[in-house]
Amino acid sequence: MNVFSVPTELDHQAVDQVLDTVGQVGIERMLFDARHVRWIDPNGMVALLAAGAVVKKQGGSPRLQLPDNSDVLGYLSRMGFFHEATGIFELLGRVPKRVSRLSDVLLEITSITANADVHTVIDEVQKRAGNVLASRLGYPATSVVQFSVILSEVCQNIVEHAEGPGWVAVQAYNWTKRLGRYVVVITVMDIGRGFRHSLSDEHAARYGDRWGDSTALEAAFLHGFTRFPDSGRGQGIQQIRRQVQRWDGSITIRSGTARIAQVPEWDIADPVVDGLKSFPGAQISIILPAVK
Amino acid sequence: MDLTPLTIDVGVLVSKTVTSLHSHLVTRPTGRAVRLAIEAQMASTGVQSLSIIDLSDVTILDFSCADEVIAKLLQGYLKPDSPEAFFMFRGVRESHRDQIQVVLERQALVAVAETDTGVRELLGVIEAYDTRVWQLLETEGPLVREDFERVFPEPILDDVLGRLRKRRIVFQNPISGRYHALSQLVDNPL
Repeated sequence: MNVFSVPTELDHQAVDQVLDTVGQVGIERMLFDARHVRWIDPNGMVALLAAGAVVKKQGGSPRLQLPDNSDVLGYLSRMGFFHEATGIFELLGRVPKRVSRLSDVLLEITSITANADVHTVIDEVQKRAGNVLASRLGYPATSVVQFSVILSEVCQNIVEHAEGPGWVAVQAYNWTKRLGRYVVVITVMDIGRGFRHSLSDEHAARYGDRWGDSTALEAAFLHGFTRFPDSGRGQGIQQIRRQVQRWDGSITIRSGTARIAQVPEWDIADPVVDGLKSFPGAQISIILPAVK
Repeated sequence: MDLTPLTIDVGVLVSKTVTSLHSHLVTRPTGRAVRLAIEAQMASTGVQSLSIIDLSDVTILDFSCADEVIAKLLQGYLKPDSPEAFFMFRGVRESHRDQIQVVLERQALVAVAETDTGVRELLGVIEAYDTRVWQLLETEGPLVREDFERVFPEPILDDVLGRLRKRRIVFQNPISGRYHALSQLVDNPL
């Protein structure tokens, strides 16, 4: 049995530890020990689901030891984590009852496998996001439309390119210490074929020996390349980047062994990271800060 | 010649075509289904047609849908063997503009749009001079060539009028030779 001790603070900066662990071992039995988790954001939750799903996909038996902290358990429940986790993990510990859907959550963890799921996400976000974007982030009332467009395009990426299951979740936080402002965190992860495999047939040849996960990410992220020959395609990520930049936000995409980022002034992330442990699919994190 | 405008309400089409539960114009399959439905409605029109694509009831329009419902729709009818179809997009909100502009730019297309406040404008890729010529027709038309020449005496005028015609953002009556803005044909069909 491999045991992975889940970081006590599992957010967008710590998810690599989870993904790398699954990426580096040919694991059959894996225990994710989350007993000491004190803080977890949508990136952390969805990364756990993705990691467990990879172990399961490889024929293994992922187990999850639930957090001791009742607040964390309650938050996982409100975010709909257990609804998804029960199909992936053997859960060790007492799963709290799910509270009313009328919670503070912007978008619970939602699985994306078909275009109808994208419609569901947009319908849900329409109901809740407008107020949060205006009151917490200070965005104009109409920003809910652009926010929905971002979500739609990023979720479609799973359906059209990943050809595998994925999840999306959104939540707002007060980053008092880190940034002194509210942020909205969007996470979208899948365990599908990833950017390199998706683009390989159409674009690998022009990169020759340089072709790999980081060049595939550059091709899609910076140049809008897509596997479809149709020139109307490939706009999604480009336009997401543009809108995120307008809002002074950050966007990172990890795929395979690489990660690429559009880094605003307030963030210290590296624009490109290579040499990570291979993990299937693509993992996207978007952080939108409140207006200063 | 019959250019009676055909009004196509995209909001109704989305709910009829895709699902009764979702009214937002998101995802490429949704856009493709709506475009095919528009094309099916247009199949009954003649070799020349003018269609008003009404976006008034569309709240969310994503880039994938804008590409299908606007760019690909226009592109399809600009092919040499296609019927001569003219389009005006009505009910274009501020929240639609960016997506429409991006997909039109990507394909070097131009479209006539009427905003939700009733302002008519061109979206997409077009030279500033061409826009001014179109604007004159929009405000003063219908016009004959000499009317344009009084305001735009430059020798490129014929090329510009040819381009506007070819891009289907103005209509020239083959009998009278008069130029019509699409909005005028909507208000006063030939």
